[in-house]
Amino acid sequence: MVPVSYYLILSGILFACGVIGFLIKRNIITIFMSIELMLNGVNLSFVAFAAQWHQLSGQVFVFFVMVVAAAETAVGLAIIIAVFRTRETLNVDQVNLLKL
Amino acid sequence: MLHLVLFLIFGLICVTGAINLLVQKHPISSALSLVVVMASLAVEYLLLGAEFVAAVQVIVYAGAVMVLFVFVIMLLNAGEEESTKGSRVALILGVPGVLAGGLLVAWVLINHSGGNSVSLGALPGYPKTIGMLLFHEFLLPFEVTSILVLIAIMGAVFLASRPDSPARPRKEN
Repeated sequence: MVPVSYYLILSGILFACGVIGFLIKRNIITIFMSIELMLNGVNLSFVAFAAQWHQLSGQVFVFFVMVVAAAETAVGLAIIIAVFRTRETLNVDQVNLLKL
Repeated sequence: MLHLVLFLIFGLICVTGAINLLVQKHPISSALSLVVVMASLAVEYLLLGAEFVAAVQVIVYAGAVMVLFVFVIMLLNAGEEESTKGSRVALILGVPGVLAGGLLVAWVLINHSGGNSVSLGALPGYPKTIGMLLFHEFLLPFEVTSILVLIAIMGAVFLASRPDSPARPRKEN
């Protein structure tokens, strides 16, 4: 028997790591990976609450989050490729103009 | 007991991978530690009984999404990230702030979440039951996500195509 709060704390730690990575990383691809980390942390709390309340809807929501995350990854990586093509850099500090 | 031990082992692997993602300078190392995080998260799902979610986590996240990431890193030939000077105020205020906030959240969760425990494999999410739920109660969201994926495919193809490629029709003016 494991208290649900342990799972929630683990998911909170993962989410916090994602937020910190989003703020401190300078590589645009790593920033994107931090977002994935945040989504994974949220997924864990969905599954933990599903087990606590005996509602399968929580697990179904995880699938929706995964679909949205996959779509977001595809579009985001395409945007990263487009940004790299015009600016020749992946450092977000050097991407500070909307229009070249 | 076994549940707790397995939870702690894979939770530790998970947190270590997440911290390693932050520490590593090269994007490939970060991507590989993200794979570690996702694989150990799949084990946590298995411990909660969500078998189908665990399988999809490994296939879609640790498989497809991470392959996409690694592919783009290789394609763009991303090297080590240059570190830029962070602000000192953010460091002085941020680290204690994060620690205090984290401890507060952990304290609230431990004391006020009702103290419910879950047993090993508490809620088995078989593919059949999840499919029934997905195609009956969640039919509308399911269809909406299919449109979302369609739009995402078109957007990705359009954005990643070169400006003079046939995927991008030239404007007549």
